[in-house]
Amino acid sequence: MSDSLVQEVAGKLFADLVPPKLVNDAEAGDFPAALWQAVNDAGFPDALAAAETPGSLAGVPDAAAILREAGRHAAPLPLAETMLARWLLAGAGITAPDAPLTIAPAERAGGLLLHRAGKGWRLAGRAAGLPWGKQSSGIVAIVDGRVALLAPKAADLRPGRSLAGEPRDDLSVDAEVEVKPAAAGVDAALVYRLGALSRAVMMAGALEAVLVLTVQYANDRVQFGRPIGKFQAIQQQLALLAENVAAAGVVASAAVEAASGQGDLAFAVAVAKARVGEAAGKVAEIAHQVHGAIGFTHEHRLHHLTRRLWSWRDEFGVESEWQQELGRLAAARGADGLWPLLTGW
Amino acid sequence: MSDIFRFDPLTLPPECDALRGEVRGFIAEERASGRWRGESDFASSHSPDFSGRLGARGWIGMTWPKKYGGRERSFLERYVVTEELLAAGAPVGAHWVADRQSGPLILRFGNDSQRQDILPRITRGECFFCIGMSEPDSGSDLASIRTKAVPVEGGWELNGRKIWTSNAHKAHFMICLCRTESVDAGDRHKGLSQLIVDLKSPGISIRPIKNLAGAEHFNEVLFESVFVPGDRMIGQPGDGWKQVTSELGYERSGPERFLSSFRLVVEFMRRIGTSPDPRDAEAIGRVLAHLATLRRMSLSVAGMLQKGETVNLEAAVVKDLGTNLEKEIPEIIRLVARRGRSPNHSDMMEEALAYTVLNAPSFTIRGGTREILRGIVARGLGLR
Ligand SMILES: Cc1cc2nc3c(=O)[nH]c(=O)nc-3n(C[C@H](O)[C@H](O)[C@H](O)COP(=O)(O)OP(=O)(O)OC[C@H]3O[C@@H](n4cnc5c(N)ncnc54)[C@H](O)[C@@H]3O)c2cc1C
Repeated sequence: MSDSLVQEVAGKLFADLVPPKLVNDAEAGDFPAALWQAVNDAGFPDALAAAETPGSLAGVPDAAAILREAGRHAAPLPLAETMLARWLLAGAGITAPDAPLTIAPAERAGGLLLHRAGKGWRLAGRAAGLPWGKQSSGIVAIVDGRVALLAPKAADLRPGRSLAGEPRDDLSVDAEVEVKPAAAGVDAALVYRLGALSRAVMMAGALEAVLVLTVQYANDRVQFGRPIGKFQAIQQQLALLAENVAAAGVVASAAVEAASGQGDLAFAVAVAKARVGEAAGKVAEIAHQVHGAIGFTHEHRLHHLTRRLWSWRDEFGVESEWQQELGRLAAARGADGLWPLLTGW
Repeated sequence: MSDIFRFDPLTLPPECDALRGEVRGFIAEERASGRWRGESDFASSHSPDFSGRLGARGWIGMTWPKKYGGRERSFLERYVVTEELLAAGAPVGAHWVADRQSGPLILRFGNDSQRQDILPRITRGECFFCIGMSEPDSGSDLASIRTKAVPVEGGWELNGRKIWTSNAHKAHFMICLCRTESVDAGDRHKGLSQLIVDLKSPGISIRPIKNLAGAEHFNEVLFESVFVPGDRMIGQPGDGWKQVTSELGYERSGPERFLSSFRLVVEFMRRIGTSPDPRDAEAIGRVLAHLATLRRMSLSVAGMLQKGETVNLEAAVVKDLGTNLEKEIPEIIRLVARRGRSPNHSDMMEEALAYTVLNAPSFTIRGGTREILRGIVARGLGLR
């Protein structure tokens, strides 16, 4: 399937199956099993793992197209996590459970260690903010170039929630695990980058949805006898909102392109996560201002998107973290290397 | 709805790589010769010598037909040349307007004698233009201009006043937007025309206006019964508005709309060295993420222009985001650069920071203000 066809199919599926009530229920703790089933039947969780060569990133464009739609519709599922987990397992030659999975660590400072225990391996340590930890059927860890599959039951998971009400659990573990070497070229740093890319792409989708909602609201809401969208103050803010959505879309797509082999992945992902994260904050701020009090209610669905933007921008590296990485990467090439870096990615 | 804007991804064709290498080679030679050391901004320089050397390379008017001195290169190749020159701070100011705007306008709407007379001289870097649009009472509301041309024997007689005309005091010609018919209340855009005015004509006085940074770049230009020959009308009388607005995509989406503070970034990096502290690295990274994004967007617009598509909306997006970044860069850098001044400050950085802070106010005014650009975007969103 072409990327745009994948996007269309995914867009339709999420539009049909993710009503606001489902999002609210998921945030209240009900895992949307039927939605997961539909998504699984559509093959979405295997978008990355489907590549023929172990560890290949050929599936990134399809995966990104799906995740952009998932973000647009605030689909409350560990989809990015399962995609990455299955890709890691497939690359390592471990059979993946046919169920929602998650990956560890989801933060850069990995507090997990693998060590030999008799003939097997033990995974020990802590990892904060594990996405969907308790609701997953397997935790896939990548440590020192090795992939480990851990049963959630074997770990201590302290439940937590993101700003968007999505499960983010603190993991503490010392348990025997199945371990295989990761596919060539795959390590924790790459997985972290792909995690950041997933959040950038999901945010790009959510941002587009916020733009649509907010323009629509500005056309519908009447004050002083005309739609508020006719007021220049509102128009100027909406223009800025739209420009940031456009920038986020362009740079997220550029990172997807780079990740699938047409450019410098490390640079492109850092640029994308930093820039899209900035857009997320600006856009959410303006969208709420334009919506007035109704947008501050739980009833209105704007917050399904904005709370996800606020949480996703912090995950897999807040903007400042990627900005620092970019700055160090650029500085290492020297002042006169900056322009070649910009024109070369 | 996400189709309101189109930013098609673009990969530069391979011929651009070779060309980029040539331009970098040329810049390295120029630098080595010590003829210039790097300007901050396309508007801050005026070097006819440099323009002549660039023309000799075939890099002015490079997209135009060979019979008019051009090289029939693609618009994307032109993009590569201009972005390289701007990033290096090359003194492109003398020929900038003629190359970007006036030449293409004459090529598209002018008559053949104008093309033959003027275009080859532009490509040689010998003939410079300025843009006479704004007037004391007409800025954003350009259609309200009052400078007037009335038909006389053999041509037009021009009276009125232009202001903020960049480089009028150094240019050979102005493309002057004027009224050739009185205002039609039903359609204010009617009756406007564009004349090529030889700035040495009798009756023209040009007075430089010092800007807040102390430089004299823009001018007031007074026309008192100036005779303009009839064959210096571009297109038909009354076509002025259509012609002016048709070129906005080029004028608003180019690399000059996000690189005006680039030299400051480079000089700051020179100062912090190859292993910066976290705050400095973060400042650089923040700027870099924006620059990288904008270059993608600007290139994407260039690709669509190359295909002949209308991109005025996307160009407004690029210019608004780009000029805002140009203003934000000095604000980001001063916060880190001003922490404890050390004696071995690079003078180049201090100079670039001072230039950028002082010139920043103009970035979101020249070429269409931020508010006007956002109005265009809002129209694209269907709000007006
Ligand atoms: C460095 C520099 C170089 C220039 N070079 C040239 C040149 O070479 N040739 C030339 O012709 N001109 C030139 N200009 C002029 C430039 O095009 C005008 O300054 C610009 O179009 C704005 O006009 P104005 O300054 O009269 O401001 P105004 O139009 O008076 O605007 C003042 C403020 O009001 C806002 N405003 C105006 N109308 C609206 C509206 N409808 N809605 C909301 N806000 C509005 C503006 O956005 C701005 O913030 C130059 C300007 C600068 C600063």
